[in-house]
Amino acid sequence: MDLFNLTANQLLTMISSGQISAADVLSSVRVRQQAVGQKTNAFIRTYDETGNGAAFPVPIGIKDNICVKGREVTCASKILKGFRPPYDAAVVEKIKASGGIVLGSLNMDEFAFGSSTESSSYGIVRNPWDLGCVPGGSSGGSAAAVAAGEAVWAIGSDTGGSIRQPASFCGVVGLKPTYGRVSRYGLIAFGSSLDQIGPITKDTTDCARLLGILAGFDHRDSTSVDLPVPDYTKSLDRHVRGLRVGIPKEYFIDGIQPSVLAAVQAAIDFYKKEGALICEISLPHTEYAVATYYIVATAEASSNLARFDGVEYGLRAVPSRPRKAGIVDMYEETRAKGFGNEAKRRIMLGTYVLSAGYYDAYYLRAQKARTLIKNDLDKAFLDCDVILSPTAPTTAFRIGEKTNDPLSMYLSDIFTIPANLAGIPAISLPCGFDEKNLPIGLQLMAAPFAEERLLAAAFAYEQAHGWHVQRAKL
Amino acid sequence: MITKETVNYIASLSRLHIDEAENAGFVRNLEDILQYVAKLNKLDVAGVLPTSHVLKMENVFRDDKVSPSLTQQEALSFAIESHAGHYKVPKVIE
Amino acid sequence: MGGMYKEQNFNFSENMDFETVIGLEVHLQLNTATKIFCGCRNVFGVEANTCVCPVCLGLPGSLPVLNRDVLFSGIKVGLALNCSINTFVKFDRKNYYYPDLPKGYQISQYDFPIAKAGFLPVMTGGQEKRIGITRAHLEEDAGKLIHDDAINATLVDYNRTGTPLVEIVSEPDMRSADEAYDYLTTLKLALQYLNVSDCDMEKGSLRCDANVSIRSRGETKLGTKTELKNMNSFSAVKRAIDFEVARQTRLVIAGESIVQQTLLWNEEKGITIPMRSKEQAHDYRYFPEPDLVPFTLTEAEIDKVRCGLPELPYARLHRLIEKLGVSEYDGTIIVQDKTFADFFESALALGVDVKKLCNWMNGPLMKELNDRKCRLGDLKLTPGMLVELINKVEDGTVSNLAGKEILAEVVATGRKIEDIIKEKGLTQVSDEALIGKIVDEIILKNPQVVEQVRSGKANAAGFLVGQAMKQMQGKANPKIINEFIQRRITNV
Repeated sequence: MDLFNLTANQLLTMISSGQISAADVLSSVRVRQQAVGQKTNAFIRTYDETGNGAAFPVPIGIKDNICVKGREVTCASKILKGFRPPYDAAVVEKIKASGGIVLGSLNMDEFAFGSSTESSSYGIVRNPWDLGCVPGGSSGGSAAAVAAGEAVWAIGSDTGGSIRQPASFCGVVGLKPTYGRVSRYGLIAFGSSLDQIGPITKDTTDCARLLGILAGFDHRDSTSVDLPVPDYTKSLDRHVRGLRVGIPKEYFIDGIQPSVLAAVQAAIDFYKKEGALICEISLPHTEYAVATYYIVATAEASSNLARFDGVEYGLRAVPSRPRKAGIVDMYEETRAKGFGNEAKRRIMLGTYVLSAGYYDAYYLRAQKARTLIKNDLDKAFLDCDVILSPTAPTTAFRIGEKTNDPLSMYLSDIFTIPANLAGIPAISLPCGFDEKNLPIGLQLMAAPFAEERLLAAAFAYEQAHGWHVQRAKL
Repeated sequence: MITKETVNYIASLSRLHIDEAENAGFVRNLEDILQYVAKLNKLDVAGVLPTSHVLKMENVFRDDKVSPSLTQQEALSFAIESHAGHYKVPKVIE
Repeated sequence: MGGMYKEQNFNFSENMDFETVIGLEVHLQLNTATKIFCGCRNVFGVEANTCVCPVCLGLPGSLPVLNRDVLFSGIKVGLALNCSINTFVKFDRKNYYYPDLPKGYQISQYDFPIAKAGFLPVMTGGQEKRIGITRAHLEEDAGKLIHDDAINATLVDYNRTGTPLVEIVSEPDMRSADEAYDYLTTLKLALQYLNVSDCDMEKGSLRCDANVSIRSRGETKLGTKTELKNMNSFSAVKRAIDFEVARQTRLVIAGESIVQQTLLWNEEKGITIPMRSKEQAHDYRYFPEPDLVPFTLTEAEIDKVRCGLPELPYARLHRLIEKLGVSEYDGTIIVQDKTFADFFESALALGVDVKKLCNWMNGPLMKELNDRKCRLGDLKLTPGMLVELINKVEDGTVSNLAGKEILAEVVATGRKIEDIIKEKGLTQVSDEALIGKIVDEIILKNPQVVEQVRSGKANAAGFLVGQAMKQMQGKANPKIINEFIQRRITNV
């Protein structure tokens, strides 16, 4: 039996009944990783931890922007090369405490800047369903590793869709929790007011289980919310009868791939058939979401990335011939050499929108637009329980297809960005395949801290369809 | 309009060394993006409060209690260069 | 806060009578147990990079959490400076690059500081002047750079990074270096009373930058300012301002314009030197710190802090004068140090003459402190001991001179006064037979002086008393000696 193809839930059942051992799981996943790792390039580095005989020894992959004590963490950037943090991220502490075995660090877009995992300085990641396609991004390594069976499950981070869009492209489940639900302590920040860590798993049951491990209050993160963590797996037996499903008319625009539209329409029909109440809703400020996001996220990023300056850790470079005062030369050369093109673009944009004379026109205006976008969603959740849409307008695109057109890349996040701007939870789950047999993703959003509702709705759909048991042939 | 000088100024604020060719690229790129985000000017934001935190949280404190620090060895374990218990950097001229 | 001070260039009129305009920015390190955003100890003078953690090192992934006591110390400072306290407070990032700033930004406060619009009454030039306080805000301190020529490198110690600071920005209300000096000493005293900081300039727990400009007298607009940094004492602030005013005046008289810039005071040479490394125009790109949520305060909470404030030096001086009968001269000295003033009041409450206590404290006790270069808190002397001593002098048990000797001994050792008197044999001799005998001898030995006394020269008797005291090693009661001398001489 190919254990690497099973979910954590299945494996744990088998381990507890004595059919297999934790070591069998670990070895199956490692063999798989060695077999297909070169094809996907999902992992940047792997570790040979064996676990400590704990009760919950599920091998997990960690996105390379989350700190593991003593392990190199680089955000897939040259500028952090060699940096080994002296501490564990809050989620890593929780994973370790639950007995999880950290398999290694997963590839990503440099500093999570991207939607295709083509901007990694460790090489592009390939989609297990079609190696000529991108896995999405920025958590492309996490989604590809789970889809390929190189990890039983993984964690990613989501600033504008970086968990959900790759989950959609790779045919797995990805959930961005409510802002504040999971501690950001130890997550190398991109857009601090938008970032959340979340699970990427083979199905919603695993998603519920992993979320339960990750979530919870942390006094080291001032934006962490002190609310009890429910047993999310208990929410999975709910029916959808009476569930109010909102369909935002602004999301069903020209440019959505017809097969994506058809699959999402079929999902709507399913919910209707099961007794859910389908209601059309309006999120009138949707068209401003991408513009708002690119101002807020890059502004925060430009500041968050200022610490990568060659002083303490990571890369340091000096020009061969001096240009400015010594230390300034060191800063400028280090950052010029250390950051890739997309990181530089975002740093420049973020610096520009905060600079003297432009703050009000760009940053402040974007923060106000953010209020309007959030208000739209708050209002919508008075009339519906979940909002349903495609996760992305298309299925996975070809490698290189959008690398020369940053704006079109940014626009591929149009459906995922609003959840980050509003801080609400959202899940992406497989809802079919297109004509090229590439996975299609369905997104559900809910009000803050209504993760249980999301999981229940997703579980009902998933169990009735079975897309989640299909595996990429590698 | 984004000019070469603007790009040089922003690059300098960002502590990024850029050459002439890169400068031209950034002029184009910033123009494209700024042109796109200009759609926000259509919005009526009069009386709208800015959102810098999505959660309405306030007053998150910690008590004035000492917690363990790193040892000097740990603190310098990831240093690019160190000397006599300090991080070492190229000379800063005052 | 550069932006708070709006200046412009204007034509100096033919009138060459200039007025100096000074605004001061004071950085105060708070004395909380831990740093502002992490649990590292807030200490000075420990081994480099031993009070650091992922947060204050600015390591990727680390996050700040505000120390509650820092916020409340900030409120205290604001209230002491008669500021209004903002009920909505938030933090912002101030972005700039410098190796002492590990995150590439400083967490500070921009548009909603803890306190704003206050004033400090300052006695200067013989009268009271209110110096406006623009604002007081909280921020984190940076690390320390050591420029090491031997290895041609700069060394960085991050122990100081994250030390809580209050920055107190004054209005450009001061018109001379002396006023600036008086403002600083008054401010420091008020801050010491609050017990929120060491206020020690040598350790850097209190630092001061000055914004200086000049303008024609009568002009209401501000001239182009320069910012002076690197002054390590209040007197250095004064000298630096004087130097800078002279420099600016020379420039203006020569018809040259003043360049807005930061200048570093060179203590050795006594001059200011333009700073080279931060030549770039300041564009700090402030924006709200997303890693910290806002803070709200209720009027009740603010009132509670207000009620808990200690009496400040200004109010205390007035009370000492009006309620306790202390002279303005004595009171001004006593309130200069909170511990000293507390000691004074405790002693007074134990029952001792107020003038005598003032004399002892501002005289012999102050001398002991100055000689030992220490503060009252460092000594083992208690108010009770001082009162006991003063009363022993007053009732004639020991002489005034012996009293001073005992004080020195108590200060040094903290031993019981009784024991010292016994051990050193300092009990004043009031034995009339013995005193009579000695006085007789002195009178016989100094017939000329005796004549002078008879002819009414008052000082002459003092000489005889002194001789007798010397003979008795200072242990005699000078009053009794004097009585004997007067009696003997007039009787003879």
